[in-house]
Amino acid sequence: MLNKTVAELAKGLESGEFSSTELTQEYLTQIKSEDSKYNSFISVTEDHALAQAKAADESRAAGNTTPLTGVPIAVKDIFCTQGIKTSCGSKMLDNFEAPYESTVTEKLNAAGTVMLGKTNLDEFAMGSSCESSYYGPTKNPWALEKVPGGSSGGSAAAIAAGLAPAAIGTDTGGSIRQPASFCGITGLKPTYGRVSRWGMIAYGSSLDQGGPMTQTAEDAALVLNAMAGFDSKDSTSLDKEVPDYTAKLSEPLKGLRIGVPKEFYSEGLNSDIAATTQSAIKEIEKLGAVVKEISLPRTELSIPAYYIIAPAEASTNLSRFDGVKFGHRCEDPVDLYDMYTRTRAEGFGDEVKRRIMIGTYALSAGYYDAYYRKAQQLRRLIKDDYVKAFEEVDVIMGPTAPSLPWTIGAKENDPVSMYLEDIYTLSVNLAGLPGMSIPCGMVDGMPVGLQVIGNYFDESLLLNIGHQFQQATDWHTKRPA
Amino acid sequence: MSLDRSDVESIAQLARLKIDDAEVPAYTQTLSNILDLVDKMQAVDTTDVEPLANPLDATQRLRADVVSEENQREQLQKVAPKAEQGLFLVPKVIE
Amino acid sequence: MSWEIVIGLEVHVQLNTKTKIFSGSSTQFGAEPNTQACAVDLGLPGVLPVFNEEALHKAVAFGLAIDAEIGKKSVFDRKNYFYPDLPKGYQTTQMDYPIVGVGHVDIVLDDGATKRIGVTRAHLEEDAGKSLHEDFEGFSGIDLNRAGTPLLEIVSEPDIRSAKEAVAYLKKIHSIITYLDISDGDMSQGSMRCDVNISLREKGESEFGTRTELKNLNSFKFIEKAIATEVERQAEILEDGGSITQETRLYDPDKDETRPMRSKEVANDYRYFPCPDLLPVEIDQQYIDSVSANLPELPDTKRDRFMSELDLSEYDASVLSSSKALAAYFEQIVDVCKEPKLAANWTMGELSSALNKNAVEIEDCPVPAQDMGTLILRIKDDTISGKIAKQVFFAMWEGEGTPDAIIEAKGLKQVTDTGAIEAMIDEVLAANPNQVEQYRGGQEKLMGFFVGQVMKASKGQANPGVVNKILKEKLQG
Repeated sequence: MLNKTVAELAKGLESGEFSSTELTQEYLTQIKSEDSKYNSFISVTEDHALAQAKAADESRAAGNTTPLTGVPIAVKDIFCTQGIKTSCGSKMLDNFEAPYESTVTEKLNAAGTVMLGKTNLDEFAMGSSCESSYYGPTKNPWALEKVPGGSSGGSAAAIAAGLAPAAIGTDTGGSIRQPASFCGITGLKPTYGRVSRWGMIAYGSSLDQGGPMTQTAEDAALVLNAMAGFDSKDSTSLDKEVPDYTAKLSEPLKGLRIGVPKEFYSEGLNSDIAATTQSAIKEIEKLGAVVKEISLPRTELSIPAYYIIAPAEASTNLSRFDGVKFGHRCEDPVDLYDMYTRTRAEGFGDEVKRRIMIGTYALSAGYYDAYYRKAQQLRRLIKDDYVKAFEEVDVIMGPTAPSLPWTIGAKENDPVSMYLEDIYTLSVNLAGLPGMSIPCGMVDGMPVGLQVIGNYFDESLLLNIGHQFQQATDWHTKRPA
Repeated sequence: MSLDRSDVESIAQLARLKIDDAEVPAYTQTLSNILDLVDKMQAVDTTDVEPLANPLDATQRLRADVVSEENQREQLQKVAPKAEQGLFLVPKVIE
Repeated sequence: MSWEIVIGLEVHVQLNTKTKIFSGSSTQFGAEPNTQACAVDLGLPGVLPVFNEEALHKAVAFGLAIDAEIGKKSVFDRKNYFYPDLPKGYQTTQMDYPIVGVGHVDIVLDDGATKRIGVTRAHLEEDAGKSLHEDFEGFSGIDLNRAGTPLLEIVSEPDIRSAKEAVAYLKKIHSIITYLDISDGDMSQGSMRCDVNISLREKGESEFGTRTELKNLNSFKFIEKAIATEVERQAEILEDGGSITQETRLYDPDKDETRPMRSKEVANDYRYFPCPDLLPVEIDQQYIDSVSANLPELPDTKRDRFMSELDLSEYDASVLSSSKALAAYFEQIVDVCKEPKLAANWTMGELSSALNKNAVEIEDCPVPAQDMGTLILRIKDDTISGKIAKQVFFAMWEGEGTPDAIIEAKGLKQVTDTGAIEAMIDEVLAANPNQVEQYRGGQEKLMGFFVGQVMKASKGQANPGVVNKILKEKLQG
């Protein structure tokens, strides 16, 4: 039963080949025996999963099904799940059982999926390596000494290791796409506002977006169908009809106009990754697409813009972690100030503190215009570049990340070198566009991802391209030994 | 842009983060490095560019003025570090 | 030295929406602690705000009432600071793009002159919770029921020059918000609170002096006293050649002194920036027009109408229109009796003094307006005299019944029977022969004496007109 795609599992459940309870049990057993190697889960919700599986089997028996009824799924531990520990990878929330349910998990529950557990992440989703978690780093199943990428590294590793058929991630600056690339899976960040942020613990509110992480583009379409949609509880949610994302998977790519930004193939890119992604684009060209070089001139500026905007938003989003209403509180505070400063110093890890401090600085009197306002102006210029590009092309392609997964600990004391690794993914969040990473080759035994960026609301097209590519190639079927 | 010790201390105070004296030099260094990285944007002329706060330039939706939330105190205070008689307790507030 | 007082006011008005500005929790006052504080109000991880349409509507109505520019695009910002009653570590407010822009309010000064006070802006924001300082063994208790209640913060220009003007301005704001029914205006419950910025400068000086801010004053009486106290403190310092420290101070009504707020000692840097969880609020002219078309009559319009339609003096019209409840009471009386002047005299006379004497608000007046109207009708139709009417009014105040019932029960009906009055007059004249002689000898001012005697004999119930007429005839006869 393991190593099947969501689409295959759905067929097996439908035909009665196995029950959700059997399937769930199988995965739980696998997680128990194998995850100590990867540390991809923070919590395994066994009882909850078996209860959901039983309910799924019962509703199937009653003829009450959705395409995902009984399918096990792992959820990044950034989504609030009622009565279940929701840690966000932080000591701050080590004792936090959310008193309410996120919209995404509520929708997945309504679709009949089974939550296997909550996956590891960089603390508060701040990182590109899944190393900053309070619960220790997640390891890349392709090479245990390497990082799985981040922040949704637990979700990516769990899929690559065969511990979950699909998972949910969030992406603020590449946190779905980059770990998908590092672990050889498919990951989609939808258009900003397509998936509700209610109950998804905020990092950079104007950038955060939840999305599916799966083995195939087809699976991503199935899972996105269950996640997407308007939510009246989220002011930034889009009140726009959600299509059936599986509807266009099989459409031919004939005439598809692909733009390849020259800035994505400049200095700093691993040359093997360059070659691998270029040959993947050639492959898609063979399917009938037309490729042209384009320019996204402010690509490099997305790093400073992002590393001001995201920390600025984060610095105030994280002010609520003050030891008053929930979460960690230091022992025996002598006064209010002591309670605040010690609670927060103890509860947050180093990278979170750094980002809070950068954000605080960028918003402070005298620096606001030079940093925050400037970054928001650049953000508009970056978006404008995309808008212009999409007048000429249907999608934009290039590498998801400039480097292969690095060794755990290698960049620990050098945050700047880690930030530079996000160069190709950040601008997509700044502009609010949908972006996808699909496996497109191997370099030095590690998977490489091709990033496909679409125009607003064009998730269907991205998934269509992913599916067609995966029909023609088998990179998505490769699994670590 | 490089920060000095007192910058780091005042930022930490604003952000309510206790930083040990021994940690200050490391923070000073890494935060200065990050600011060096972001300072690349200062070279771009952004005169007359309207800042972009929401990527879709969307506008606010309004909620009907109808009570939808009932008393959830018991459930919500289960996760509180210290609560008594329905109140969240904190070290004495001085005005 | 002669000092000029410069005052600017920030008035916080709680809007009387059913739910909070960004959540569906009830705003009702007086609930058990934290029973009206949902996950959004508590700022739990992952929660998000959605803006209440009624809060917008009420803010726009206020803007139109003070003739202000309405922000067609207003933006919510985060004001960042740590405080236990501020659950998210920031207050959602409006900084650069408030919902209400420049407007004005007219106040009437003691000498009857009208003064225009500029309103710089009015913006929407969320209220904080409350810290309760009763002892929990060294801890404070936090109640977040109030957190997220919509506030309209109305900021005046530094146009105010005395404590009296400040109070007049506040009363005018109070009157506008209650007329609009956008707030209950109940100061004792904190529905309207005020921060006062005060500075002094030498008369004739154009630069402002250093100001202090008095926080959270919530009664007209305290505001007036607090300003006077702070002005005196500043004047003393300046007279001695000292300088004022810019700071936030609290007024202690028990000691009648102001003192600096300890918790605000550390200069704060609020790091305002647009809230990414809320989007710009855009409204069009059609929306503004529809709010405008449905505005109720406002105090100044009512005052003008009282003058033009009811022929009241400017003073009477101003007093009677100053409070929505008082105006409504007065208008009901007029509806019944159709005698605006008498109604005004009674409302501002006997009724107001009874209310004052007993410290009762017009809203809680024990005498229904309908009955006041009937009472005036009874004067008009000669059932009772004005003097007797006062007696009836006091009985009404004591809850003895309707005017007619009281007149009946106490036998206060005016005597108009000329025969009975003639008999009483004859008696009086017979008993006072000397005075009769003096009157006839030219001392006509003795008329009052005779009227008084007859009224006394009738226990006040004789119709004074009839008494006068018959007396004159008899004395001249």
